[in-house]
Amino acid sequence: MIMKQRKLVTVVIEAGLARRLEGDLRAAGAKGFTSTLAHGAGPRDQRASEVDGGNVRVESVVNNEVLEVILEKLERDYFPFYAISCWVSQVEVVRDERY
Amino acid sequence: MSGIEIALANLTSAPVLAFVLGILATVVRSDLRLPDAVYQTLSIYLLLGIGIKGGVALSNSSPAEVALPLLGALILGAVVPAIAFFALGFMTKLDAINRGALAAHYGSTSLVTFTAGVLFLESLQLYVEGYVNTLLAVLEIPGIIVGLALASRGLKRQVSWSESMREVLTGKSILLLVGGVLMGLTMGATGYSQIEGFFGALFPGVLTLFLLELGIVAGKRIKDIKKGGIGLVVFAITFPLLAGSFGVATGHLAGMSVGGSATLGIIAASASYIAAPAAVRLALPEASPGIYLSASLGITFPFNLTVGIPAMLAISQLMEGVI
Repeated sequence: MIMKQRKLVTVVIEAGLARRLEGDLRAAGAKGFTSTLAHGAGPRDQRASEVDGGNVRVESVVNNEVLEVILEKLERDYFPFYAISCWVSQVEVVRDERY
Repeated sequence: MSGIEIALANLTSAPVLAFVLGILATVVRSDLRLPDAVYQTLSIYLLLGIGIKGGVALSNSSPAEVALPLLGALILGAVVPAIAFFALGFMTKLDAINRGALAAHYGSTSLVTFTAGVLFLESLQLYVEGYVNTLLAVLEIPGIIVGLALASRGLKRQVSWSESMREVLTGKSILLLVGGVLMGLTMGATGYSQIEGFFGALFPGVLTLFLLELGIVAGKRIKDIKKGGIGLVVFAITFPLLAGSFGVATGHLAGMSVGGSATLGIIAASASYIAAPAAVRLALPEASPGIYLSASLGITFPFNLTVGIPAMLAISQLMEGVI
């Protein structure tokens, strides 16, 4: 089977911002995402959803162009303010038209 | 009952003891937490239960009886956050953004403080008007709007009102409280009798379990208290007494009973730690959760639970006959 290379962008963010982030991923061109509840701590460790929510891990498989748009958005509107972690991995997918 | 006996009865109630146990769990670094799904279920149960009971009580009240307390609650919702904003200017060195964020929290309300207060007053056989649950729903939103508006004076950009308001209005707090009130109004006492066993008798037990979790979360915030400075600590303790006294006076002026006025005082004294943080985080990313959550959840919430609730009753008893 022929596999195509894509990028998996994973963002762990305080729950209160998850809905906004998911909208921004869509707006950047991501065709879908997966969100799961997550627990953990980071250097900032200050989230408003302390009582209600915790963290959410949002993952999306995208191409290089969409990834650039997402990272620029995160750098401008999220990193300075919120409890957020983000990393990018190389992945291989089948049915590449879905990503 | 003397003031000390009342204070002791409150401190030894099951919800307060569970809260203390939760704080102790963080002190000894226990990994105790309620599972997320259980926490969510309990919080939906409490919100919907309070809404429904408020609606049923409303269906039994005349509009004339409710009109003045409702108006009083709306005035409190606008005045309390404004006073908080300006008081913080005198008491702390915080900027307008953080003061506005705090004003939003202290203008909004805490469902759990309210519920613990009502259960406590009822345990003393005091009459509390059933429609106060509706006042809680009414007071949840205006404080957030006024707080954000005041904070926007310190911003160089526009506040994203639409997103924050959507978060507040479609968040589960308002949806379940207002939805519950409408359900209660529609079903009336007859409909409620079918679900009373679930939403009535079990209620104090569920609140106790919920407070165990809140004790754990609040315990984790206590270490952050010093971040805001001594002025913030003084504010987080004295402001609830001031705002609460306004609430009690409003209740008496609106013709409510001693228990009902004390409850409106408890609502006014309480600070939000669920709905307000969610809205403030979206609208005011520059404001520090370390400041507003530490104050509302780490200081004011435990203070109200242990001291504020009996204090509001004492103030209400003092004001009876004076106003």
